[in-house]
Amino acid sequence: MSRTEPSDRPGPSDRPVPDTLLTARGIEKSFGENHVLRGVDLEVRRGEVVALIGASGSGKTTVLRSLNGLETPDAGMVEFNGGPAVDFGAQAAAATGGWGVRREGARQAKADRAALRDRSAMVFQHHNLFPHRTVLDNVIEGPTQVKRIPRATAVGRAEELLARVGLADKRDAYPHELSGGQQQRVGIVRALALEPDLLLFDEPTSALDPELVGEVLSVMKELADEGWTMVVVTHELQFARQVADEVLFLDGGVVVERGAPAQIFSDPAEERTRRFLDRILHPLD
Amino acid sequence: MDWQLVADSFWPLLRGGLVGTIPLALASFAIGLVLALVVALLRLSPNRMLSWIGRAYVSLIRGTPLLVQLFIIFYGLPQLGVRFDPWPAAIIAFSMNVGGYAAEVIRAAILSVPKGQWEAGWTVGMSPVRTLRRIVLPQAARVSVPPLSNTFISLVKDTSLATVILVTEMFRKAQEIAAFSNEFMVVYTEAALIYWMFCTVLATGQNAIEKRLDRYVAH
Repeated sequence: MSRTEPSDRPGPSDRPVPDTLLTARGIEKSFGENHVLRGVDLEVRRGEVVALIGASGSGKTTVLRSLNGLETPDAGMVEFNGGPAVDFGAQAAAATGGWGVRREGARQAKADRAALRDRSAMVFQHHNLFPHRTVLDNVIEGPTQVKRIPRATAVGRAEELLARVGLADKRDAYPHELSGGQQQRVGIVRALALEPDLLLFDEPTSALDPELVGEVLSVMKELADEGWTMVVVTHELQFARQVADEVLFLDGGVVVERGAPAQIFSDPAEERTRRFLDRILHPLD
Repeated sequence: MDWQLVADSFWPLLRGGLVGTIPLALASFAIGLVLALVVALLRLSPNRMLSWIGRAYVSLIRGTPLLVQLFIIFYGLPQLGVRFDPWPAAIIAFSMNVGGYAAEVIRAAILSVPKGQWEAGWTVGMSPVRTLRRIVLPQAARVSVPPLSNTFISLVKDTSLATVILVTEMFRKAQEIAAFSNEFMVVYTEAALIYWMFCTVLATGQNAIEKRLDRYVAH
């Protein structure tokens, strides 16, 4: 499994350092003819914020969704410290086998997805709140239905979390009664209520009106300060610069450059990174 | 016009509706909806065999007349040794019919729920079945109330066909009274008005359900 990416970090062949929470290696994915990911490696340490940046179509969202089992890569593996270790290549191979192999493969894939979702939680671009449920019911759905936490306990915890993002008074509102920024904050609380080890954010502010972006980013910054481990797909470069510990720039389905935000944003090593940043930071030039 | 006949036949007709037409429609609709959900899920299944079974069922039901389906079940099956009384035969035929038509409504309603709702259910840890039950079906229900109401109202009127397999519902009562009095125009028109009254009440009920399910939708 040799990848040709310039990196001064521990490469895929190195032993994972003890505080590594998540390791992804050689993630590949095609949608039909479209080869979206061409071997992406990713390592996330506990308490670290990793930002994935890049143009639309660069594959950053697909990487993020693969970590949660919402996409099934054609090859590669995703391993959480403490399990699971998911081998997507083996899943893909099983899918082309005989009937018994396919059935066993499907069973394994289902177990893998459940295990991945047990460790991580997702915040979506379009919040994807359940419109027929109140804010409170949205938040306690996972804890009560999946984790089997008693309702009273789940409600108490949900109210605490809602208060922390300034939405205590909205617990009985329906999602459509909230502003976009409030909806997204509920989306974050819904993810937090699952008490995941890893929070995944898929362009959480891209669908918001500009004046509502700040309230969501400041909640995310607080979470980072509290030590939550986060992988964030974002177009908010300033947020990435201020909050992320590591920034990965993706283009054409590969990680073109990775490093500390100060280095990536001030002194990118790759020409492609430089051009991307230029387009974003100076759109009119 | 024989007003005395109108008055005398009103109660027998209405009673035929209340103990015949309405229970027949309700029972068939309830069973038919369960069947329709099963057929809709078959059609949506990624398994080709299952989805083919669902498609074949819908095609057979929609491609053959309800009257013929009734005849096959009540007059045809006994030749194969399967015998039903008029009521069970009618309920089976109407349920199967609703199952075919409503399956398409339910399938479309499930497909109308955004993919993100499924994904949100999965990422909070729910299985596909639980996500369907708790997240997708409640939202699909809202969308399917108007077309399913159509199906139900059609069914209420279609139960008049059960008269040909000897079920005593409203239209059979009307036929008896008409044959006895020879006042075909008066009696059949009266029956028609009672059907219309039933359907008007049902349409009001539909509005109430729609209003209730609309509370979580932005206007």
